[in-house]
Amino acid sequence: MIEDLKKSLDSVNTLSELNEVKAEYLGKKGYITSLYSKMRDLSNDEKKSFGAKINKIKTEATDLVDDKKKKIETKILNEKLMNESIDISLPATEIKVGAPSILEKIVEDIEELLMSMGYDVVDGPEVEKDKYNFEMLNLPKGHPARDAQDTFYVKGDELLLRSQTSPVQVRTMLAGKGEKPIRMICPGKTYRRDDDDATHSHQFMQIEGLLVDKNISLSDLKGTFDVIAKHLFGEECQTRFRPSYYPFTEPSVEMDISCHHCKGKGCNICKNTGWITVSGAGMVHPNVLKNCGYDPKEWSGFAFGFGAERLAMIKYDIDDLRVFYTNDLRESRVFDRKEDN
Amino acid sequence: MIDLEWVKDYIDINDQDLKELAVKITKAGINIEKVITNHIDNLVIGEVMECKMHPDSDHLHVCKVNVGDKVLQIVCGASNVRKGLKVIAALPGAILPLNFEIKKSKIRGIESNGMLCALFELGLEEKNDETYDKGIYEVNDDAIVGMDAMEYLGLDNTLYELDVHKHRNNDCYYHIGFAYEIGAILNRKVTLPDDTTHPLKDSVQKHFNLKVETDKCPYYLAKMVTGVKIGESPEFIKRRLNAYGMRSINNVVDISNYVMLEYGQPLHFFDKDSLGDNILVRDAFEGEQIKTLDGIERKLTKNDIVITDGDKPVCIAGVMGGENTEVTDNTKNILIESAIFDGVSIRNTSNRLDLRSEASIRYGKGLSYEYTLKTIERACHLLEKYAGAKVLSGTVCHDKVDKTLETVIFKSSEISTLLGISISDDDVKVELDRLGFPFEYNKGEFKATIPSRRLDIEPYVNDIAEEIGRLYGYHNLVSTLPNVPIKKGEYALDIKYRKIISKRLRSLGLNEVKTYTLISPKMASMFKYEDKEQIVLPKPMSVDKSVIRTTLIPSLLNVYEYNRDHKVSDVNIYEIAKTYDNDFKEESKICMLMSSNYLLNRWHGVNVKVDFYLVKGIVQNVLDYLGFKNRYTFEKKEIPDLHPGVCGSIMLDGKQIGVIGKIHPSLTKDDIYAVELSLEALMSKVKPIKFKAALKYPEIVKDMAFAVKKDITSEEVVNVIKKAGGKLLTDIKLFDLYTGEHVSSDEKSLAYSLTFSSNDRTLSEDEVMKVFENIISKVEEKLGAKLRNQ
Repeated sequence: MIEDLKKSLDSVNTLSELNEVKAEYLGKKGYITSLYSKMRDLSNDEKKSFGAKINKIKTEATDLVDDKKKKIETKILNEKLMNESIDISLPATEIKVGAPSILEKIVEDIEELLMSMGYDVVDGPEVEKDKYNFEMLNLPKGHPARDAQDTFYVKGDELLLRSQTSPVQVRTMLAGKGEKPIRMICPGKTYRRDDDDATHSHQFMQIEGLLVDKNISLSDLKGTFDVIAKHLFGEECQTRFRPSYYPFTEPSVEMDISCHHCKGKGCNICKNTGWITVSGAGMVHPNVLKNCGYDPKEWSGFAFGFGAERLAMIKYDIDDLRVFYTNDLRESRVFDRKEDN
Repeated sequence: MIDLEWVKDYIDINDQDLKELAVKITKAGINIEKVITNHIDNLVIGEVMECKMHPDSDHLHVCKVNVGDKVLQIVCGASNVRKGLKVIAALPGAILPLNFEIKKSKIRGIESNGMLCALFELGLEEKNDETYDKGIYEVNDDAIVGMDAMEYLGLDNTLYELDVHKHRNNDCYYHIGFAYEIGAILNRKVTLPDDTTHPLKDSVQKHFNLKVETDKCPYYLAKMVTGVKIGESPEFIKRRLNAYGMRSINNVVDISNYVMLEYGQPLHFFDKDSLGDNILVRDAFEGEQIKTLDGIERKLTKNDIVITDGDKPVCIAGVMGGENTEVTDNTKNILIESAIFDGVSIRNTSNRLDLRSEASIRYGKGLSYEYTLKTIERACHLLEKYAGAKVLSGTVCHDKVDKTLETVIFKSSEISTLLGISISDDDVKVELDRLGFPFEYNKGEFKATIPSRRLDIEPYVNDIAEEIGRLYGYHNLVSTLPNVPIKKGEYALDIKYRKIISKRLRSLGLNEVKTYTLISPKMASMFKYEDKEQIVLPKPMSVDKSVIRTTLIPSLLNVYEYNRDHKVSDVNIYEIAKTYDNDFKEESKICMLMSSNYLLNRWHGVNVKVDFYLVKGIVQNVLDYLGFKNRYTFEKKEIPDLHPGVCGSIMLDGKQIGVIGKIHPSLTKDDIYAVELSLEALMSKVKPIKFKAALKYPEIVKDMAFAVKKDITSEEVVNVIKKAGGKLLTDIKLFDLYTGEHVSSDEKSLAYSLTFSSNDRTLSEDEVMKVFENIISKVEEKLGAKLRNQ
């Protein structure tokens, strides 16, 4: 009988056909059900063994039918799912996240590094006192170096749009009252009377750093610059110092990185020198320390300044400074991305 | 510009490769931007052996020119070419200025193997009608045929073009000062030029009275020479001035320029006979006039310094002489002035008059008194030698200069600490010697004297450290890190808030932009929603950048327009920046500008447009993120330049912290929404996050709809519902807003879904219904609303 059932099941394709077969064997009037009626005529012993046999056949038959049912159901489900199949190559619904400004990205890059080295990030007013922007930085009125920072005055000759972020250094040192060691950077907007073109901007961003402590040396500045340069431009980046002059530092240096473009061989970007100047720096001038309440006999320190635009131009091969203030979203959207340093 | 042939007069550098020397000097801090050599290959002295007219031209000549090793046929168009003339011949292969290469060619059918040159063709003179008419350069007869022409002209030299930082602008721009710098780098001695004279018995003091009535002239020296014969300068002076880019005028004027280029000290020569017997140096009178050497009448102010003959001005001190006392071809007697004037004053005068001279540039940079006397003596020496002058003895002198030299006392260990390298006492001695800084050494302590020519050096050990460091070479520094305690850096509070909000806005899809603080008056007149006066720059560079902004909205609107014009879609942007009002009060603003689509997938039918409520949602998201939930409201208020019906104030704890709205349709056709918030207002403390367990008992949700008058806001309805709902009402959601045929024309329908729940029990239908009915009656009673049947 089981063999018969198996044969019948083989030809079954739908659930209704299966139900018919099921009724034929296991229904009220089915073959297997009808076997139970035969038990009435048997002895008790025979009943037992016959009953066991029927039960076995019934179980076996039920399993076979259930098994077939599952198969048919799976087939039906699969057919249904196949009909629901979609073209996954169709365009996604774009989840738009905003990009940082290119300048902000490079600034944050430096902030993160220097904060991990213990530098606080501070800012000060953009409308600043002449006293903090120049005088206390060893740039008295009439100092020729003031010409290089042609300044927007806001009120008389006392208030101006800061031409550098250095006044924040002054403010920080004054707050330190000649007692507290200082480690800080001050990224911020600065202003000079320059006509806007590919390499000039009347508004630009500086990132200055200041460290004042005991026994600080020019070599410490070099080491710190090495760390920053490698962080920004990769491990293979080389650095060098060149003598320079700033009224607020002595000794003063210009800090160069090896041209990442030509790897120091010489190209257009580094004007065939193999080096690119990225920062002005030096040991804080004794006059500045004194003006800000730190005794130069006891304290020393270094200060450095980067131009955020310049760094971004070098790092991302941007050839026009105006890009940062045009805010063409086609250009800036690319910068919503993680970067490996 | 420094002429290295000239420098050789003062220091022995014959063994040096001048290109390598330039690198050494640059490394030590004096930036040599360009090494220039005037040498031109295949440019020789020739002699015209034969000169015939060109058969096919009325002005060309066909010449046979002996160029030393051969005789060449060269066609020449100059009118002064003639047989026997010695000339400068550019032979095939010579590359003249402007990359003009000489080639063998045919000129009107006649072969020409080169070109006979005028000075302007060699870049040695300006090309103009006058130099053109002079024709080719006529070389002196004694010139050797075949010799290198530039060498013959004395121009075969090397020049350094400097780009020096301001502090070394004075001492490195004259040849003797530069020689000292080379001396320090190569550790060699400098020899000063001969300044001996054979003075007459007669003393200048008998001929001149000097009076200085201004403290802007601390040092004034004058000497006098007589019997001057004006003529041509000796060749070497002409050559050197020429190479420097100065035109030779005559022996006397040239000498004054020549010694200025030697010592950096400008001199002024007065024609003694026009000047008279007096010199009075004083501040100019306001409005006083003088006609300067260039023939222009100049008006002076009381801030200028003038040299007068006791009465009328004869020279604007340090800037330019007057026509009235100019040295002319008839001048016989000269009064030579060598003085120090206040640099700032000279700079201001020169800037105001827009008159820059070799003298004013030098005074402006600052001058040392060290060579004031030497220069005048050197000039007398040269005048005696090359202009037949007789030098009167003595010097007229006004001297208020403090000649005490600055000294620095230090230990070598201080230098070591500053540079971070080990420098011994012996090292310091060697370096100070090289620098030419005299010093005393006593038991480990140095006392170094700073020569007065080094105006840049202040009496600090840092300055000595820099001098030693740059000669030692910064490439020899080792990289170390500061020996300081480990700590974590922190953001200042306002920066921290800026970063938090910035990151949130970016994650909400807004792009950060950076715009200018300075804006145009037109932009400044827009969106003035605060009672703030703006700062107008007293001296702006241009009108469009003349006002300091108090709101960022106009700037962001510009960014929007730029992007729209460049077909950039979905411009959603923000900026956080500082603003300043006329009381110099600083306020950081957060500005957002949103437009077009927030979420879009066109084929898929997804299109979330930016509208007021989406922008409001962004603001709420930020405020909630900052912890201000339930503390802020949006209140309708008209804002200038925003759509009067679609704008309002954003209030926090009852105070306005910003504005929101649609840009006024008169400003743009596009649907653009703007928000501006004060950063400072958001920097207040908020409660800590508190855990709240999820509900354990089922919620009951009931809907209700009211018809209310159109001017009643949803917020008003919600407030009544809230109050009437009490504790059991835990959430209210508006799910429908309707106007149309089913309500009267002055009404709208608002449908809310209310959620009731309790933390401690399952609510019964009865108690919820009681609250629900109470809500309905309160809304009807308070707002004249009618419950609508669903």
